[in-house]
Amino acid sequence: MSFIHDTLFIFRRQVRLILRNPAFLTIGLLQPVLYLVLFGPLLTKLPAGTLTGGSGTGGRAEAYQFFVPGLLIQLALFGSTFVGFAIISDWRAGVIERYRVTPVSRVAILAGRVLRDVLALIIQSVVLILAGLAFGLRAPLPAVLLGFVFIVLVAIGLASVSYAVALLLKSEDAFAPLINSVVVPLVLLSGIMLPLTLGPGWLQGIARISPFRYVIDAMREWYAGRYFDTIVVEGLAVSVGLAAVFLWLGSRVFVRENA
Amino acid sequence: MSIIEASGLSRTFKSRKRTVHAVRGVDLTVEDGEIVGFLGPNGAGKTTTLRMLTTLLRPTSGTAVVAGADLLRDPLGVRKRIGYVPQAIGQTQGGTNDMCLVIEELLDQAEAYRISRAEGTRRAAALVEQLDLGGLDRRLVKTLSGGQRRRLEIALGLVHQPPLVFLDEPTTGLDPQSRSNMWQHIRALRADLGTTVFLTTHYLDEADALCDRVFIIDHGVIVAVGTPDELKRQVSGDVVTLRVNGATEAAGSLLAAEPVVRDVSVADEELRLTVDHGEEALPALLRVLDGAGITMSAISLSRPTLDDVFLTLTGRSLRDDSPGGTGHGDGPAAAELAGAGSSAGSRE
Repeated sequence: MSFIHDTLFIFRRQVRLILRNPAFLTIGLLQPVLYLVLFGPLLTKLPAGTLTGGSGTGGRAEAYQFFVPGLLIQLALFGSTFVGFAIISDWRAGVIERYRVTPVSRVAILAGRVLRDVLALIIQSVVLILAGLAFGLRAPLPAVLLGFVFIVLVAIGLASVSYAVALLLKSEDAFAPLINSVVVPLVLLSGIMLPLTLGPGWLQGIARISPFRYVIDAMREWYAGRYFDTIVVEGLAVSVGLAAVFLWLGSRVFVRENA
Repeated sequence: MSIIEASGLSRTFKSRKRTVHAVRGVDLTVEDGEIVGFLGPNGAGKTTTLRMLTTLLRPTSGTAVVAGADLLRDPLGVRKRIGYVPQAIGQTQGGTNDMCLVIEELLDQAEAYRISRAEGTRRAAALVEQLDLGGLDRRLVKTLSGGQRRRLEIALGLVHQPPLVFLDEPTTGLDPQSRSNMWQHIRALRADLGTTVFLTTHYLDEADALCDRVFIIDHGVIVAVGTPDELKRQVSGDVVTLRVNGATEAAGSLLAAEPVVRDVSVADEELRLTVDHGEEALPALLRVLDGAGITMSAISLSRPTLDDVFLTLTGRSLRDDSPGGTGHGDGPAAAELAGAGSSAGSRE
């Protein structure tokens, strides 16, 4: 049980630090809210069924049922991949090394931080969903609640790998371009703004490699009230797999004997 | 009882196509209650050795028992029993977060060692007192002065009352007043708590003033061990410089016959004698000259410094060895090694 104790210990420390500077929480929210406000309305005038492939009713209902799940995953994607920056400054301050010499579990040094990031993301997502409701999102409550499964799994995976990569690179100058060159194509290939089905065949083909595309598709199924089909199973499999593999890789980096 | 017993500790870093032997076969023994210093120029292997002994870096070869636990088989046991204060200069800082309060850092450190909240609070208060941090406990770390922050970092290394504490460059970057203040705190550690202190430094005066024994390390090898006095004596003996009225040559040959005198040279009407145990030799030399009716106008005794020791052992002066400037931590060489270490670490 010492691992859980240590994880909660690191979690509390990290929560305390973010509460000292809560501006970070709002900065992360700014981008998706802007998309919701300034881009979302463009989707409301599309012919019925454009976004959801036939079943949609058009107008605001279809637009936001389509757009909000995408924005939630986008928030998770950007929010979680950028957490690594904080560990570079903590490493530079010698804090990581200080904890590595204490009996604190080295995996807990990672897990406590990831837990904090998941909590922060849940709070941000709630705000985004409430904003979506104000704009015209209509989705069943169980779907919205279940949607957090995807948000949490994506956040666990990406935050873990972000911390691990940042700790290996130890340089913001190397980390920032790497993140951008990985995340931006992934976001574009996930069909967040418009459905990929609108694109040509080759683009749809490439988009099959973006894992988040499956996650977003599955979340949209839930928001549309379809709780169990192939798309949902694919989305769950991809997000569970992603979280497990990245958490494992991240732990490997943190328990290395040499760092 | 030996609190550290290391044999054949080596560490090799592979970077690109180069292999760097940062530490090669270090044997060392530290007794309970000693203050020992690891002295050497930048990049000599001080920090690498320290990082191996504190479980931060796995030795390429060699073994050690640190504070009663086997370094390789029971690193967690080592971590529970040692305190470690990282160096506060160079690539990484001393381990405190700018945005934490002083008291939070102390209480968090106690919790990291599973010390109860009540006991942690009590120890934090005692350490604040002990390290002159009174009135600062509700301040953000970033508002502390360099000396205050360094004392906090040392306090963090002591929260769990370890029998052995490693201080990596404890005073580098501090002003002279804070340095001598820090020396007092380090001496008090041993005097009040019986803590064994293992520190690295590239300040000769620090090793001289603080350490019972000094290990001199160069190019990853320990080149000499002993008390500062032993090391100095080992080098060249003490130097007596004297000026006589007339008869310099005669005085020189007279003194050269004395058994304590190892060497005599004359320069600018001055006699330079190399002698063993200068303080005891001085009265004898005076009697010889007096007996021969030679009068002196001046006499001085100078003892070798640890820098002379270093110069003799390595052919280089410790002072002009830092390639990236003078006395600011393990600069380029160490940074390069640390970088190489992380790439070596990720190979697996």
